[in-house]
Amino acid sequence: MTQKKIRSIWELKSLREKLVNDPSQKIPFISISSGTCGQVRGSISIIQAFRKYIKKNKLNEKVRLKITGCHGFCEVEPNVIIYPEGIFYQKVKPTDAPEIIEETILNKKIIERLVFTDPQNGKKFPYETDIPFFKKQERLLTLNNRFLDPCNIEDYILSGGYRALCKVLADYSPEELITEIKNSKLRGRGGAGFPTGFKWSFCRKAQGEPKYIICNADEGDPGAYMDRSLLEGNPHSVIEGMVIGAYAIGATEGFIYVRNEYPLAVENASIAIEQAKKYGFLGNDIFGCGFNFKIKIVRGAGAFVCGEETALIYSVEGKKGTPRQRPPFPAQKGLWGKPTNINNVETWANIPLIINNGDKWYSKIGTNKSKGTKIFSLVGKINNTGLIEVPMGITLREIIYDIGGGIRDGKRFKAVQTGGPSGGCIPEKMLDLQIDYESLLQAGSIMGSGGMIVMDEKTCMVDIAKYFLKFLQDESCGKCLSCREGIDRMIEIMTAITDGYAKEDDIELLMELAQMTKNASMCGLGQTSPNPLLSTLRYFKDEYIAHIRYKKCPAGVCKALIKYYIDPENCKGCTACVKPCPQNAITGEKQKPHKIDQTKCIKCGICYDICKFNGVKIE
Amino acid sequence: MITIRLNGVDVQVREGSTILEACRLYGVPIPTLCYNEGLKPYGACRLCIVEIGEGENTRFVSSCTYPVDAGLIIKTHSKRVIQTRKLLIELLVALCPSSKTIQDLASKHGVSKIRFKPKYVNCVLCGLCVRVCNEQMDARAIGFSNRGKYRKVTTPFNIKSEVCRTCGGCIYICPACQLRCQGTEIQTTLCNACLNISYPCVDVKDKALCYLDPCASCLLEEKERQKEKKK
Repeated sequence: MTQKKIRSIWELKSLREKLVNDPSQKIPFISISSGTCGQVRGSISIIQAFRKYIKKNKLNEKVRLKITGCHGFCEVEPNVIIYPEGIFYQKVKPTDAPEIIEETILNKKIIERLVFTDPQNGKKFPYETDIPFFKKQERLLTLNNRFLDPCNIEDYILSGGYRALCKVLADYSPEELITEIKNSKLRGRGGAGFPTGFKWSFCRKAQGEPKYIICNADEGDPGAYMDRSLLEGNPHSVIEGMVIGAYAIGATEGFIYVRNEYPLAVENASIAIEQAKKYGFLGNDIFGCGFNFKIKIVRGAGAFVCGEETALIYSVEGKKGTPRQRPPFPAQKGLWGKPTNINNVETWANIPLIINNGDKWYSKIGTNKSKGTKIFSLVGKINNTGLIEVPMGITLREIIYDIGGGIRDGKRFKAVQTGGPSGGCIPEKMLDLQIDYESLLQAGSIMGSGGMIVMDEKTCMVDIAKYFLKFLQDESCGKCLSCREGIDRMIEIMTAITDGYAKEDDIELLMELAQMTKNASMCGLGQTSPNPLLSTLRYFKDEYIAHIRYKKCPAGVCKALIKYYIDPENCKGCTACVKPCPQNAITGEKQKPHKIDQTKCIKCGICYDICKFNGVKIE
Repeated sequence: MITIRLNGVDVQVREGSTILEACRLYGVPIPTLCYNEGLKPYGACRLCIVEIGEGENTRFVSSCTYPVDAGLIIKTHSKRVIQTRKLLIELLVALCPSSKTIQDLASKHGVSKIRFKPKYVNCVLCGLCVRVCNEQMDARAIGFSNRGKYRKVTTPFNIKSEVCRTCGGCIYICPACQLRCQGTEIQTTLCNACLNISYPCVDVKDKALCYLDPCASCLLEEKERQKEKKK
């Protein structure tokens, strides 16, 4: 049966009513988190186990399976949520499948063993909404992930999808729509935070036909995966946002630029586009309004710099991804010299939300200048890693201690890196900082696309800054002398510091290089590249001094400056460290304290990791 | 014609010209390396950076690629610009100390010490050769490959190009191929020889018609004469 295209708001309404009243909706369902993160942790075998058991016992009428995108709580993947109760089971194994169906679905009993337990106080939380990780969040964009099968458009329509598009095409003129977005004060979620409404109006006013819009899903920050999760879990929300944007701007063609390292996102987005075409939300004469729009997926080869809009445009055109000087801005001369509007995945996903709830509702969330919610990927040395969606203006302390559940293994918090490699490290004393675009900038960091890497006391800040600089060196396009050579020379000095042969005036030279790279580089990558260095120098200068003056690494990370030794008081003489040592540097008899031969030791740290008695120490 | 404010003076320039063209028109010297009048501006060497804007909102742009706009406020020689340029030249010298063009830049802008280990590379990736090949010779035999610190100028797939007519345009325009006055045997990273000349030849020779930038050729003669006098 071919799907009839939806031509009007009434047809959409009647389809939705038909779906809501479908008897299958009343059957309890198991929502299985199966984004990339879930699949890596084995969600596919769990799905198979559930299917097998349902088929074997003919339970089709009693339970449904819903294979969804990421639920957000990546720490306890693979997780399942049982609806309508909302029971949350963590770290499920395929062997748990029969028990979950028998006990929870059929007998309505909670399986204690699979319930989430707070690692800090041992409290158990059987219901998803009670878990502290979810409780403090304000999930406007990510909440739907758990109810939607991304490969099924009907799920999205059921949740109220494409209503915003319908409303826009029926009631708004493009100018009214842009005013609405301007009033909502939505700012670009890609990092720079440019007001979206203004960006659209520039592109609308620009001369030239046709106009293009692009969805930037080239997410390359280490440890950030917000865009991936949205495209995987709820691709229709992005598509709907793009169609609305196209109507506002007057564009006829759109592109989703997604990196090929995200195969599931590419697949789900392609399926979603096909389905949207079938239902008439994309293509010619959308909703019978005479408005035409199509979307193509362009797969990127994974260059970080292609997230920069001018480089991205070159990449879509099939050229080498190198940023160019603006002006002319893409809004005037973009893709193939035509006016082009580029927005991030998260920005597009916010659009239907604003239309459905109104600009006044949206502008109530957040701080004075930054509105709405922001998705962060909370990773690093934290108890609850995962994707979180919080309102702007929340403090770092709330994110790290209330949502993130504090630092792993009871260690002390040291710093949090926001905004990916181009961001900065924010120290403990600034934990009460309210998160919005301006305050992060003032603290020497950036909002970026939303990566948040938490570091504990065992992290060397010099080493971290060096790591990010090396990442940027690899990912820089290499055109500007200031960025290419500036970063290279900064790494040279940083290596001297971590290897213990730097001089004290090197810090001054580092600062000079950082300022130069920041000022003289052309694109955002170069201009923000010294941020990790500048912010660590600002907040952790004592660590740099310790490395340079006293030749010590306080965190015990820089191999050239540390020495492993065995504490005779703690060593039980178990010989566990003797064999794994690749250099045979550890000697000693059983039951007697061992010794490390410093001349042989290559500081690999294996003995340190192996010792259970805290016998190996770092000096 | 539009009005811009160049170093505090309101001047008229043609619409559509770049900041660099405007500056050259009014005789404001701006150093360049990757710029050539016959080629499209590229903006890789960053030496031509100027400060635009006012108050706290100033930012740096490469003047060769930035088009002028009515009311644009430009500072070409602010303290920050000069400092940045000097460091960029220092990086260039450390990158390729054998180039005369780069050494001349260093001398002209008072770069008197190099704090980095010299790399002695043969290419500073200014892109002049690539543009000459593409735009003037219409050959497109060479281009950039790789990115970041692995970026280099090469032929497609690193094999001998069939479209190359061996015209030599790339060698002609290359700033790194022009060797230092001392030839191939270089003792120091920084030359600065031009800065150490104490007086130009015209003072020594009455009717000298010397058009060269400081050159040391007549100094030797002068020294010998002084030696003879002492004898």
